[in-house]
Amino acid sequence: MASTRPNQLFRNKSAKIAAIPMIVTALFVFVGGTAWTIVYSFTSSGLLPRLKWVGLDQYERLWDTRKWLISIENLAIYGLSMLILVFVIGFILAALIDQKIRFENTIRTVILYPYALSFVVTGLVWQWILNPEFGVQNIVRGWGWETFTFDPLYNAEIAIFGILIAGLWQGSGLVMVLMLAGLRGIDQDVWKAARVDGIPAWKTYLLIVIPMMRPVFITTLVLVVTGIVKIYDLIVAQTGGGPGIATEVPAKYVYDMMFQANNLGQGFAASTMMLLTVALVVIPWAILEFGGSKNRG
Amino acid sequence: MTNSVEIKNLDLQFGAVKVLQDLNLDIGKGEFLVLLGSSGCGKSTLLNCIAGLLDVSGGQIHINGTNVTWAEPSERGIGMVFQSYALYPQMTVEGNLSFGLKNAKLPKSEIESRVKRASEILQIEPLLKRKPAALSGGQRQRVAIGRALVRDVDVFLFDEPLSNLDAKLRADLRVEIKRLHHSLQNTMIYVTHDQIEAMTLADRIAIMRGGQIMQLGSPDEIYGRPVNKYVADFIGSPSMNFLEGKIKDGAFHVGDLAIPLADYAFADGAPNNLDATIGIRPEHVVTGELVGNAAYQVDVEVSLIEPTGSDTLVDCTVAGNHFRVRMDGQSRVSVGQKLRIGINPSMASLFDLKSELRL
Repeated sequence: MASTRPNQLFRNKSAKIAAIPMIVTALFVFVGGTAWTIVYSFTSSGLLPRLKWVGLDQYERLWDTRKWLISIENLAIYGLSMLILVFVIGFILAALIDQKIRFENTIRTVILYPYALSFVVTGLVWQWILNPEFGVQNIVRGWGWETFTFDPLYNAEIAIFGILIAGLWQGSGLVMVLMLAGLRGIDQDVWKAARVDGIPAWKTYLLIVIPMMRPVFITTLVLVVTGIVKIYDLIVAQTGGGPGIATEVPAKYVYDMMFQANNLGQGFAASTMMLLTVALVVIPWAILEFGGSKNRG
Repeated sequence: MTNSVEIKNLDLQFGAVKVLQDLNLDIGKGEFLVLLGSSGCGKSTLLNCIAGLLDVSGGQIHINGTNVTWAEPSERGIGMVFQSYALYPQMTVEGNLSFGLKNAKLPKSEIESRVKRASEILQIEPLLKRKPAALSGGQRQRVAIGRALVRDVDVFLFDEPLSNLDAKLRADLRVEIKRLHHSLQNTMIYVTHDQIEAMTLADRIAIMRGGQIMQLGSPDEIYGRPVNKYVADFIGSPSMNFLEGKIKDGAFHVGDLAIPLADYAFADGAPNNLDATIGIRPEHVVTGELVGNAAYQVDVEVSLIEPTGSDTLVDCTVAGNHFRVRMDGQSRVSVGQKLRIGINPSMASLFDLKSELRL
């Protein structure tokens, strides 16, 4: 019989062994890759990476490029609108479905269905729907409204909103399902108590139920925001960044620089800027959420 | 005494399932009525109907003389306390108490005085600034009672309010609810599946089963004169002993035994030649020196002993049936020992074997 305490390192051996590949991958690919990218963003790498230092040149060029500025602007418009609308639409759909309606499963599946489609398919479908020649505009004109115009993808001013429509169509279902799960997790007695207290339904949602759903909102927020920041394939399939450069986004800028323009350094600088933006949002939030747990009560 | 709540021919159906059927119940002003039954008997459903949280399929509900069958819960003059407390978690205790009042646009001074009064009665003043997450189960339920209290209503509805609490706390809060009823003199309708709660709190108990009221009466009546075998079996712990036999020539025959029924108060005369069940509560079986006074005595062999501290439960066999006897906790008995027990038919209950109704 062993009388000494077993070495802590060898406890739960199999679990630790199973985790090693993932830990190694995470360290090499994510941390290593990120560090490598940041380092090479300060070089003049072209087709191939090389360590020729140019300081902040790549960043200066980046912020002088109109395509990049438009990309950032588009991401801001798309991101903000998407964030607000997807939450509002998703929550309203969930609240409606939560009224113990018939065919709930069917309706839920129909609304979630777009999420099962890839962004490429979504992009193509909405490219066709929004095409003035044979999409919505054509159909409405066919009904007799000859002057009806609806061609967001062909108008540089509003093209990004054409993308937004497709993004909302694709993403609302997931938000709805998550919100529905959150609503179902609310104790029915709370609803009853609010009714006995005479609180109207909208007020109960706003002041009692939604605050109770905070964890679900945070999960959804993380999923939606990451989806927004990495948006790329929807753009490529739906508009290819056009008309002109009206619907360019940062992720597409990075890809174009690295693999089309053979300008790795510029691509690295752009991706580092993206990382910086995300970090600026995530780090303060993480500190608030996890760091201050002592003070919460 | 005027009635506080009147329920007339209440029906409730979910699709084809009849949950409540033609239910009638009058509850007096200031009465403490307990709805008691096992799960699925419709007791909580009935309470939700009274509260207006469920739409009835037929019948009427009157509260304080007004027909409120289709009124909103907040307009019925009721306050309700739930099993899961159902507090609003992101508000402080004070916020929980005042939320409904603020919403009803009551003047600020009125809200303050009501919250103050409720928190004094329930002794939750030190907790007013805390959030529900920082409270214990008992404190939370006290706040939930407070939320009903500030509504300043005549009728309180309790939906298994103590079921989520541990045994000791349950006993404490039970006493407190009883005290609250004494001081407020409100009508209280209380749903529970716990017979101890029902017996200790109630002025009257309604035993429910299958959406109907089996028996409505004082705790004494329910315990002493159950109307049928179900009620007899449901009330009392340890539960009643049942022996099946035949009533013949003024005695109850089971196996070789014949228990004389001269002392038994039949509802309408003693039947003859009727298959019946006799129910004898373990605590009504006498042992030791008292056996000599009992109307009927029999010798049994002890097969199992369950000491509970205050009492000792003794298992034995009477005429081939499993039989339990409650003895004093101090009595010294051992398994295999012969024991003489006495039965007093005046304390027993007789039921028709077929209809299971009291004879």
